[in-house]
Amino acid sequence: MTTLQPPAAAEPRPAPPPSRRDRRSWTGWGFIGPFVAVFALVFLAPIAYSIYLSLFRDQLIGGNQFVGLDNYTRALQDDAFWSAVGRVALFLAVQVPIMLGIALLVALALDSGRLYGKSFFRITIFLPYAVPAVVATLMWGFMYGTKYGLVGDINSAFGVTLPDLLSPDWVLASIGNIVTWEFVGYNMLIFYSALRVIPTSLYEAAEIDGAGQWRIIRSIKLPAIRGAIVIATIFSIIGSFQLFNEPSILRPLALNAITTDYTPNFYTYSLSFNGQQHNYSATVAIIMGLITMIVAYAVQLRGMRKGA
Amino acid sequence: MSTSVTASPAKSTGPKLRTPRKKHTPGKPKRNVLLTALMALMVLYTVVPLIWLVINSTKTQAGLADSNGLWLAHDFALWDNIRDTFTYHDGIFGRWLLNTLLYVVLGAGGATLLAVLGGYALAKFAFPGKRAIFAVVIGAVAVPGTALAVPTFLMFSKMGLTDTPWAVIIPSLVSPFGLYLMWVFAAEAIPTELLEAARMDGASEVRTFFQVALPLLAPGIVTVLLFTTVATWNNYFLPLIMLKDPNWYPLTLGLSAWSSQAQTIGGDVIFNLVITGSLLTILPLIAAFLFLQKYWQSGLAAGSVKE
Amino acid sequence: MRRTTSRILRGIALVSTLALGVTACGGSDDDSDTKAVSAGDIQAALDKGGDITVWAWEPTLKTVAADFQKKYPKVKVNLVSERSGDKHYTALSNAISAGKGVPDVAQVEYFALGQYSLTKGLSDLAPYGADKLASKYTPGPWNAVSDGDKVYGLPMDSGPMALFYNKTVFDKYKIAVPTTWDEYLDAARKLHKADPKAYIANDLGDAGFTTSLLWQAGSRPYKVDGTKVAIDFDDAGAKKFETVWQKLIDEKLLAPVSGWTDDWYKGLGDGTIATLATGAWMPANFVSGVPNATGQWRAAAMPAWTQGDKASAENGGSSLTVPALSQNKELAYAFTEYANAGDGVATRVGEGAFPATKAELESPAFQSKKFDYFGGQEANKIFAESAANVASDWSYLPFQPYANSIFNDTVGKAYVSGTTLAEGLKAWQDASIKYGEEQGFTVEK
Repeated sequence: MTTLQPPAAAEPRPAPPPSRRDRRSWTGWGFIGPFVAVFALVFLAPIAYSIYLSLFRDQLIGGNQFVGLDNYTRALQDDAFWSAVGRVALFLAVQVPIMLGIALLVALALDSGRLYGKSFFRITIFLPYAVPAVVATLMWGFMYGTKYGLVGDINSAFGVTLPDLLSPDWVLASIGNIVTWEFVGYNMLIFYSALRVIPTSLYEAAEIDGAGQWRIIRSIKLPAIRGAIVIATIFSIIGSFQLFNEPSILRPLALNAITTDYTPNFYTYSLSFNGQQHNYSATVAIIMGLITMIVAYAVQLRGMRKGA
Repeated sequence: MSTSVTASPAKSTGPKLRTPRKKHTPGKPKRNVLLTALMALMVLYTVVPLIWLVINSTKTQAGLADSNGLWLAHDFALWDNIRDTFTYHDGIFGRWLLNTLLYVVLGAGGATLLAVLGGYALAKFAFPGKRAIFAVVIGAVAVPGTALAVPTFLMFSKMGLTDTPWAVIIPSLVSPFGLYLMWVFAAEAIPTELLEAARMDGASEVRTFFQVALPLLAPGIVTVLLFTTVATWNNYFLPLIMLKDPNWYPLTLGLSAWSSQAQTIGGDVIFNLVITGSLLTILPLIAAFLFLQKYWQSGLAAGSVKE
Repeated sequence: MRRTTSRILRGIALVSTLALGVTACGGSDDDSDTKAVSAGDIQAALDKGGDITVWAWEPTLKTVAADFQKKYPKVKVNLVSERSGDKHYTALSNAISAGKGVPDVAQVEYFALGQYSLTKGLSDLAPYGADKLASKYTPGPWNAVSDGDKVYGLPMDSGPMALFYNKTVFDKYKIAVPTTWDEYLDAARKLHKADPKAYIANDLGDAGFTTSLLWQAGSRPYKVDGTKVAIDFDDAGAKKFETVWQKLIDEKLLAPVSGWTDDWYKGLGDGTIATLATGAWMPANFVSGVPNATGQWRAAAMPAWTQGDKASAENGGSSLTVPALSQNKELAYAFTEYANAGDGVATRVGEGAFPATKAELESPAFQSKKFDYFGGQEANKIFAESAANVASDWSYLPFQPYANSIFNDTVGKAYVSGTTLAEGLKAWQDASIKYGEEQGFTVEK
């Protein structure tokens, strides 16, 4: 029995069909109703409102007017928007595999039982998750400093010149590092917990068959936690596409490297909060939401197919 | 992805694993020094920023300016800093701490409750619209939240909720990941036969939930509670938009306000209190993690349903 | 009165001041406000009493509010000071657009005033008698708060520019205090050569700083006439600035440190940032932010762009305004006047604020104040002279907060790549024009 079946996998396996026929009623709504109600209020209603807003244009001079799909046409041709999308796509392609890879490694190492001080490692690596993004970025921002930071210290101590991690060429990697630092532990825990529920009998059987650890990982452990990997990937994709906190908090230290349209989310924020272009901002947000959904859905489908 | 991911442990532990080895019982594998050393590196990466925070919270504003970041300054002012943090501006830090606790109790508590109920429904009932729910939830989560901030603010304002704790608490009540976790957990932890049996006995759905399902869900609940607590504790953007009265600020917003004081004229530059305040902000969460370790780990591991 | 114009959020969520705000407040206030409010009406309101909410981060207002309540016991002033800069504007704009929770008095920096007044977010204070206060203030700040016969706020403080320099560093390397920007450039070279870790100044691109230097150099890139604006950085003043500053950038003579960061405060303290050209409000920040350099710094007049030219400029500074949606405008105005034109001014100056009123600037007590931080220097003399030499014909764009928010996206490139300052300013100009047109302004090129 696998844990963490991805949601769309429909009915959980332990509850076989029989119960379905008579329980297919509205009873379930009594339990999920409160969640759905609040969800509708804080997610769906603002989204609906945004869609409405995206059909208008409002000017400092001239007021508000209905413009149909003009904002969408504009967004599709907006270089700033697409280069921001490209940037998070790159981030996604590099940072997410690294982060999830490290998380998986750590989880496997913990699960292998071959570590000294296992619970110390488990809790310590998880700790950064408890640190607010504001504080995490403050700390890393300090470390990156070439003047007084850790980078500066290393430079003067070893007589080397490390690259300026806050320069335009490096800042995306620096942000990636902060995000990785914050979320490795979190993902590790998801993987680890999925690993813990694999019945030990499976290992025993494999070991009796002479399978090495390596084989066990590939043939038993990884397939067993596929669901967890898929869901972690989906949440990481959403997180990457919505990248905002870290660049925005880091920006005062790297003003020229992190532009106001650095990520799509940052762009919508700048449009809305600096430029009063909330109609266009809503449009960009909706398009970005669609892109995110499509990618997340594609990953889920792929993950599922392999898993089935 | 799995191949790229697993490539490096093969390098480090491979030789050992491939040589024929003595069989050990699965419960007692051989300890591995190399693997432990690798993990120690990982821990170093994890704790260096935290060490920086601890070291620098011992410095005065002057000490911060003229000492190396990873070493103690000539003065040791941790206790002074802590006292100043709590007394600065008529002790507003304490108020922020209490606010944060309020948001966590109601927000994270409520989010957990909703997630438990919802997860239970998804796992154990068939009902119209069920398939659509999670798809919609995931879809909605994909829309960038920052762009929704203004529409949400305007809606809440019309409802008279802005500048009240509710403006922070209500949006915190939705935890898509919590819902997912509870769904999976409930599916595994509650044998459907048990529910059927309770119903046969004539128990109402509510009673069945509280008496049969809830106890079985306990480890999962602790886990979700911890995740939602972190989310609420670290919530920043939403309160920033929703709250005008600093007396309702959570810690994150308060710290950020203190930090931007350095950018105002005549404003007290209190990086030392910002740093100490940051430390004080994360300590309770870390303590909670440590003390509740047993519960949430078993919850996450869903160990209770292991055959 | 903060001046980190370069920060992102700097701009404002005027967001919906426009969309929804206009529907909420448009029309109503414009007409009702034109009728004059007599001093008697205001006094009556004070006697009757009530609550007012003041959003302002200027620290000296705390005492002023307390004094005001003592003087008018029936009035309760609720001072909210935890928010500054961008967060303050976001909250203000959101409140205005929601039409609820708008404060009675709000601090607004000069560069952002145009945006709020244009969108009818602020009350015209002339009917309350503010128009008669013009002669009390120095020209720069008054020019910023007034628009024709309308007055959108009362100046709270000002930021005539001065050159702060680290005398210890200058003495150590036997560098003379520069009186022109050319000398400044030479001093920069000499200093950096003598100590490769030391820089004459830090700069990574700061919209407020650059516009202030352009102002001082005689450039007038923005011309504003109601909804007609012109933006052009191609003038003689801008050329002067570009010439000197391009050299400072090319020769790597500027410390790559952003203002108002931890590193910046450290650099000011350890001698690696040797000068700072900024507003006269800086001393208070030196005292609290750079305590370890007490006695090392001095103030001097700004270097001139041409030998002998005394022109100065403003950097930073803010006013108190009464939002159009204030529920108690008489009381709000009474407080504003008390704080910025009445007894409050002396209180605030006493606590270290830099005034915008002529009487205080010219008073002997003010001018002869000795600053311990500056080794006993009577720095206010320099600041007051600078204030008198500020050219008052400068104007900001009515969407300056947005323009400033994209400064580093455009001009900032000149600091980190092969782009020149002139190209950067041109890109800034184009982006500002594009935005102005999108927002319905008539933009002349």
